[in-house]
Amino acid sequence: MIRTQNVAFQYNLETKFQFEDLQCKAGETLLITGASGKGKTTLLHLLGGLLKPTSGSVFIDEVDVCQLSSAKLDHFRGQNIGLILQKAHFIAALTVLENIELASWLTDKSKKKQKAIELLTLLGLENFSNKIPSQLSVGQQQRVSIARALINEPKLLLADEPTSSLDDANAKVVAELLDQLSQKYNAALIIVTHDQRLKERFKTSIEL
Amino acid sequence: MIFKIAWKNAWFKPLNTVLSIVLLTASVAIISLLILLQKQFEKQFSSNIDGVDLVIGAKGSPMQLILSSVYQMDAPTGNINYAAAKVWMKHPFVKTAIPLAFGDNYRGFKIVGTTTDYLKKYEAEIESGKLFSKKFEVVLGSEVARKMNSKIGDTFLSSHGDAEEGEVHEEHPYVVVGVASPTGKVIDNLILSNIESVWAMHHHEEKTTEIIVHQHTEGDEHHHEEIHNHDEDHEITAVLIKLKNKMGFVLWPRLIAQNTDMQAASPAIEINRLFSLFGIGLEALQYLAYGIMLISGISIFIALYNTLKERKYEFALMRVSGAKRSQLLILVLFESILLCIIGFILGTILGRLALYFISTSTEETYKMAFNPFEFAIKEEGILFLTTIFVGVIAAVIPAVKAYRLNISKTLANA
Repeated sequence: MIRTQNVAFQYNLETKFQFEDLQCKAGETLLITGASGKGKTTLLHLLGGLLKPTSGSVFIDEVDVCQLSSAKLDHFRGQNIGLILQKAHFIAALTVLENIELASWLTDKSKKKQKAIELLTLLGLENFSNKIPSQLSVGQQQRVSIARALINEPKLLLADEPTSSLDDANAKVVAELLDQLSQKYNAALIIVTHDQRLKERFKTSIEL
Repeated sequence: MIFKIAWKNAWFKPLNTVLSIVLLTASVAIISLLILLQKQFEKQFSSNIDGVDLVIGAKGSPMQLILSSVYQMDAPTGNINYAAAKVWMKHPFVKTAIPLAFGDNYRGFKIVGTTTDYLKKYEAEIESGKLFSKKFEVVLGSEVARKMNSKIGDTFLSSHGDAEEGEVHEEHPYVVVGVASPTGKVIDNLILSNIESVWAMHHHEEKTTEIIVHQHTEGDEHHHEEIHNHDEDHEITAVLIKLKNKMGFVLWPRLIAQNTDMQAASPAIEINRLFSLFGIGLEALQYLAYGIMLISGISIFIALYNTLKERKYEFALMRVSGAKRSQLLILVLFESILLCIIGFILGTILGRLALYFISTSTEETYKMAFNPFEFAIKEEGILFLTTIFVGVIAAVIPAVKAYRLNISKTLANA
């Protein structure tokens, strides 16, 4: 599903990362761990096509994302990659439901309202769909960002420290949902984390 | 969808949005009011001087003579001797000469003694009834007929002078014999009779001044051969002259001023003078309004720029969700333009509302009405484009910043 080949990234002369090749198949979960400053987030951004590697290639579904033009990459990302961040960000003025609809509209001009409600129900948020995101708790916001990441049924789900700002109960819920839903939609799940709670749950991991 | 986001974003920070819209509305309202006012004002003024090359009247301010005789807006400069005026009215240079004699009013509507040429000059037809032919017969202007609710055959008593409360002439009632068609010019607000009516109405007054007039005219006897005809002691207020020979336009004002106790004034020149006086004030107001528009542009810019810091995560997120750079650019531009369009629409409405209120008060005082529903397509079109332009300029820097946003960096620092 996703594999990398000799990916390297250089911010400046001192900060330089050389990443080992990795791969993750559909329905599998891969944990990327490591201390701060080892380039975890950089690797995640490279995988998600938010950064272009200085050298090497990233293949998603056998498409070399590094060769795509900026506009094509934006579209490819919307269609194939779901991203969950440490802190959930939303369009503050839109409701939870509209935020999720927007993600589908930006990718293929269709508002999958039915699907969005379905996802929110799966995540136990059906009663919050007409609230604006700032009215939700951090744990709820993180679940909404999972719904948003899944609305386009991406082949790859990338999560950057998804549980680090959550308490144990919420972290457990989020981890469980990520696991379940990536299985359900048959997506490859890559989680960047230093959270011990996740390391116990997901066994496949590489350390930077 | 982009529209929806822009709309929701605009109202997410209502104070910023309302401030920008209020400023825009104020500037657009002032400018559109000025545009309409100036346009309709000039049109009303210019349409009334069509066919009048010169006005002959008593000595005094030429502007006052024009305002009183052509626009019925000011007090007359005084009266002139009809016999003396006739010399010029019958001059070979003259194509048409329309005498005007002011005397009375009815409920504030002036009664003007004139000839039927006056109706022809304003292209007013007789809509119902007939023209005045005998003494004390009157034709009503269309507005007068509407407001007085009178019909043919009605009679009324006039009051002396141009004040509604003037002394009432009870001995001679006027009879309405006709109603003129609407023209949109001053004639709509006048009551017209023949000159003899005005003379007859004031016969008792003229007798007291007769001697003076007589002495005066005899002193000028050698100038005027017609002095001893029946018009000798009659007075009129002014004569509207249309010339055949444009030489008169150049020569007459000096000739008349030097040789008679009358003056000849050119409405075109006087009105130009009036417009240029007005123009300074209008221009200053217009600059003020554009200044307000500039401030509203700055207000939009600051609002967009300030929220950019919070919103860069939104933008990064939209990019991650598949939005193109150009879509973000459009979103920011659109938010600004949306405010401008709302401001323009509200301003246009407010400007017309103001014009409506101005119109009701000017109609009362000057018998001059403005039409708030008229659209000055060209001027208001330019105003619209200017408003949009302000919106685009205000949004350019924030929009470009959104366009060039580094998603990875933004999200990594989140």
